[in-house]
Amino acid sequence: MTANDIISPENLVYKKPELMNDTPMHYCPGCSHGVVHKLIAEIIEEMGMEEKTVGISPVGCAVFAYRYLDIDWQEAAHGRAPALATAIKRLWPDRLVFTYQGDGDLACIGTAETIHALNRGEHIAIIFINNAIYGMTGGQMAPTTLIGQKTSTCPYGRDPELHGYPLNITEIASTLRGTCYVSRQSVDTVGSILKAKKAIRKAFEASMKGLGSSLVEIVSTCSSGWKLTPEKANEWMREKMFEEYVKGDLKDTTNLK
Amino acid sequence: MSTFKGAIVVDKNRCKGCALCVLACPKGVISLAVRKVNVHGYPYVEPVDLDRCTGCSSCAIVCPDGCITVYRKKLENENGE
Repeated sequence: MTANDIISPENLVYKKPELMNDTPMHYCPGCSHGVVHKLIAEIIEEMGMEEKTVGISPVGCAVFAYRYLDIDWQEAAHGRAPALATAIKRLWPDRLVFTYQGDGDLACIGTAETIHALNRGEHIAIIFINNAIYGMTGGQMAPTTLIGQKTSTCPYGRDPELHGYPLNITEIASTLRGTCYVSRQSVDTVGSILKAKKAIRKAFEASMKGLGSSLVEIVSTCSSGWKLTPEKANEWMREKMFEEYVKGDLKDTTNLK
Repeated sequence: MSTFKGAIVVDKNRCKGCALCVLACPKGVISLAVRKVNVHGYPYVEPVDLDRCTGCSSCAIVCPDGCITVYRKKLENENGE
């Protein structure tokens, strides 16, 4: 049996989700954004919400997310995605509303919006991509940068005396009464990708059931900003990032599977 | 005993050559094309040993750009017929 006998529609087991269009993505090779985009597209398809989803794209590398997924999008000012999501969800309660934000957007300039939207228990899901760096603007230090991590604005490593400590926004979110589901995942291996998919699905379902706000942090790589190959970036993430940002569910009051 | 036989198709012009699929493949089916680039100037991956493919989809799941389509067929006997 040759490969040509197997390559036919009835044997198809995996392909790029329909919602993800053919526009070439501007992300660097090996960037975690692509995997998370794919998961979101798959989940929306599985939930049958293609026509009823509004995504809020951030400022940062994912600013062009609206080019790649064929759902309704709204582009927010820097850090203001949760505020915009609040408005859309309140005006249009039957829509699945989620924000897609990086750490510079969510954990720095948008800290206030994020914490207050989560604390109000808005029925939105926030996808938080944490790569410990400002990827789009040239790898500057972010609030989430690890102690000792070298970036273009702290070339000798982050020093707590000078730069303060890493901000663990997901842990803060888990202490707020408005949140129903707070989880931290990664997308470096097949197993972790499937777990992340489950977590995002749960966050989306919780928002549609009106249980409160959800935050799913995806600990990600930035191979360009970290100046590593995609393979080494994944290794560095497993070695250093998971120590500071421990994976798992931090809060789950949803009673969903 | 029934076994699975798989095949993959790589959209080489969408591929950026990050090679995460090469690492994810448990059977060593995929490899970076030697000294070749696509229309965007990126190196790309191609299947080099499709006979060993079981259609497990690991490569496609980890691919950040969704370049890989996976097919899988169940074989009824040990001869692979």
